[in-house]
Amino acid sequence: MSKSVSKEKSMIIQKEMIAGLLKELGNAKETGKKVVYTFVPGNISELILAFDMLPVYPEINALQSGMRKKSEGFILDAEKLGHSEDVCTYVKCDVGMMINGNIGPSGEKIPAPDLLLLSYTGCFTFMKWFETLKRLYPNVPVALLHTPYQEGHKITPEMTQYMVKQLKEEVIPKMEKVSGNKYDEEKLKKILANSSKVEETIIKIFDTTKNRPSPIDAYFAGVYYIGPINNGFRGTPEAIDYYNELYKEIMDRVHNGLGPITPEGEMEKERFRLVVEGPPNWTHFREFWKLFYDMGAVIVASSYTKVGGVYDMGFRVNPDKPLESLADYCMNCYTNLNLEQRVELLSKCITDYHADGFLVNSIKSCNSFSAGQLMIMQQLERRLEIPVGFIESDLVDPRYFSYANIKNRLESFFQMLEQRKLILE
Amino acid sequence: MKKYFLGIDLGSTTSKAVIINEQDEIIGRGITNTRANYMVATEIARLEAIYNARFSILKMKLDDEIKSKPEYKKYIEDIESVFQYLQFKRRLDKLIVQFDESINSTFEGEKKTTIVNFVKTIFNIIAPEIRHEFIFANLGNKNQFFRDIVSERYNKEIAKLGKEYFEPMMLIYDKSITPVENELTEFDFKELIFEALEVLNEKYSYLENTNPEVSDIQFDIEMNILKGNHKQVHESIKEHITFIANMDIHIANMVGTGYGRALLPFPEKSIKSEILCHAFGAHAVFPNTKTVLDIGGQDTKAIQVDSHGLVTSFHMNDRCAAGCGRYLGYIADEFNISLNELGPLASDAKKEVTICSTCTVFAAAEIRELLNVGEERADILAGLHKSIVMRAMSLLARSGGVRNEFTFTGGVARNQAVLKYVTELVRKNYGDDLKINIHTDSIFMGALGGAMFARRSYKD
Repeated sequence: MSKSVSKEKSMIIQKEMIAGLLKELGNAKETGKKVVYTFVPGNISELILAFDMLPVYPEINALQSGMRKKSEGFILDAEKLGHSEDVCTYVKCDVGMMINGNIGPSGEKIPAPDLLLLSYTGCFTFMKWFETLKRLYPNVPVALLHTPYQEGHKITPEMTQYMVKQLKEEVIPKMEKVSGNKYDEEKLKKILANSSKVEETIIKIFDTTKNRPSPIDAYFAGVYYIGPINNGFRGTPEAIDYYNELYKEIMDRVHNGLGPITPEGEMEKERFRLVVEGPPNWTHFREFWKLFYDMGAVIVASSYTKVGGVYDMGFRVNPDKPLESLADYCMNCYTNLNLEQRVELLSKCITDYHADGFLVNSIKSCNSFSAGQLMIMQQLERRLEIPVGFIESDLVDPRYFSYANIKNRLESFFQMLEQRKLILE
Repeated sequence: MKKYFLGIDLGSTTSKAVIINEQDEIIGRGITNTRANYMVATEIARLEAIYNARFSILKMKLDDEIKSKPEYKKYIEDIESVFQYLQFKRRLDKLIVQFDESINSTFEGEKKTTIVNFVKTIFNIIAPEIRHEFIFANLGNKNQFFRDIVSERYNKEIAKLGKEYFEPMMLIYDKSITPVENELTEFDFKELIFEALEVLNEKYSYLENTNPEVSDIQFDIEMNILKGNHKQVHESIKEHITFIANMDIHIANMVGTGYGRALLPFPEKSIKSEILCHAFGAHAVFPNTKTVLDIGGQDTKAIQVDSHGLVTSFHMNDRCAAGCGRYLGYIADEFNISLNELGPLASDAKKEVTICSTCTVFAAAEIRELLNVGEERADILAGLHKSIVMRAMSLLARSGGVRNEFTFTGGVARNQAVLKYVTELVRKNYGDDLKINIHTDSIFMGALGGAMFARRSYKD
């Protein structure tokens, strides 16, 4: 682990973007900008930006704390308050941060919320999470946006209308009141037009894994790539520039026949191509990635990078129908898909990107992602006759990352893939 | 020259070695308990497999005679028993020397003299006892390791001494057995096999002068078939024995697996996951296997296999050890019995007492409570065996269920109560039509898979 992390130009741009947002948040009290706490899955940050407000994502703060090895203390503090061992560790880490003065992962104070925008898509823990936030900030209004689960495989017009009604009657009036600005649909349309461009580029980026070798790792690096769209930049010109630059860099790699850049250096030989389901472990992120790097395993697609939005099945925002688009976008996010749709999506990824195997990283404290994973895995194993693997870790609780167990299982899984190639050849 | 392939399964509790020929047939098996020094364990298992391979080759060469004349079969079995005894004897001699050293460095004065005398007396009792059991009662076939054999008898003898001597006698035992166990004793096969023939002569001379009906020794029917003709059998077999003693067992390639695999001095490509090896081995023995349950010393694995014997998915326990060999060992300690007695005792039960605790430690606490309220040991053990198999069933369910055919492997498959409940619960959950395979070599499946991988990856 002595090597320094390799950085591409786009990574530096992203770092500056995030630092800029954090700075803006740090100055929010002085500049008078209002702050909205909300969630990543199906996040309607275009609407927040249309009101000139700033978004804060508690999960992102938690995962960043995890990556900076600060989460364990926060989790223990939340447990002292009575949060059980089984509660989502994003929640506990976030609660721990807040009761410790709301100092963010970068050391800057995160401003208190002016609005709690409770949008929940498949993850009902969010409701309990915001109940806790409401107790911490009793005077802050809560706007509730409920997203219907795609139980029947498709979004019906009634479902869209139900969401638009909530946006019109619940979310927008509260945003108007908090921000002091009137809802400006033309402004929202312009922001959404930018989002649409980014969606196109994102699709092209994640599609480059069709190449051999794959120029990117669509899981470990993929979670960095989705940073700007999930972290307050959806619909901004900066996001367009960032993704254009990123795409250009990746295409350069494709033209030069290069594999992904990893913290350990360039992946020289692509031995295995995998599709991964489930969030990564953040507290041991680099160590975790290295286990794959050492085996020459490249992730050609992952479900977690679709947590903010699924574009693979053809969904795009339509700026001409802004509220309907936001509604459909929320309903289309990965955790809001039913299990069969998830199987379909993953199956398409495995086939389209010629994966050798499918791996689940099941998160011990995450109900919304982990429920149904075994069924997904078994269906894919039977349907596509590919080797499947299962490991368990946690989001940001370092106590649940067992290096030896994970290594042992991954080694066996990679040997399964290798042996298959050898014997079947 | 014929080529042979070696698979070594360095498990957490036992180390196994299997040698196969170019047709994937097992010709040698070796097993020992895994100790602090993994390399010694590996070597012992490997050497044992090579010795065993020589005997297998002998049996193959004499296949026709063995089939038509039972005395040949008995004679070879007897040589193997005595051969095992002679190996044991070399280690026992080392242990006696080690005892002297341990006593000298631990005790002084009168206490030392007393301990020396006790030890002398004990070994004077147990050494002939063990010899007798090896030569006349086939102790070598009972899957017991050097430590087990000595411990069982040593403990019995010290129980006869005054209570105040228990601690010091156990102290020197622990101090002495470990270094001997961790030291590699290499034997000269040729020397040992001819020595074994001498010992056999002694045994058969005794046979000549004994009337089975009035003898204090239990001569079985098979043994009596050698009466009057062992010299002829010996004469006709001598040449073959000389051949197998001199032959070179050429190990062309080897593969290591098991928990200690990373410690083996093999190149990376010769180290394979035990999941793959168990599945491959099980599939080789039962080619229609679709699901494999492997319960080893340290963990339980539910493995799904395709028609080539390749793993498509697997699940391992990582939150609860209940059901693994180590857990059973812990329970045996709790009941103050040996591991081998657990299964038979559980099979004597009249009912199954429900054990709810899913944690090894809590299960032990629950057992104590049940004993306190007067439940029978056998009934508690039956319930315990059932509960641990139920946990294996949940792991199987997580891995995608049991598909036809189902093969049970690993060291725990030697426990008859576990076998009974696995069979019962698999049938109950997945249907009576399901074929369930259990093999006497179940503990060797990982090593067999390793040897098969070694053969497949061998290039001239």
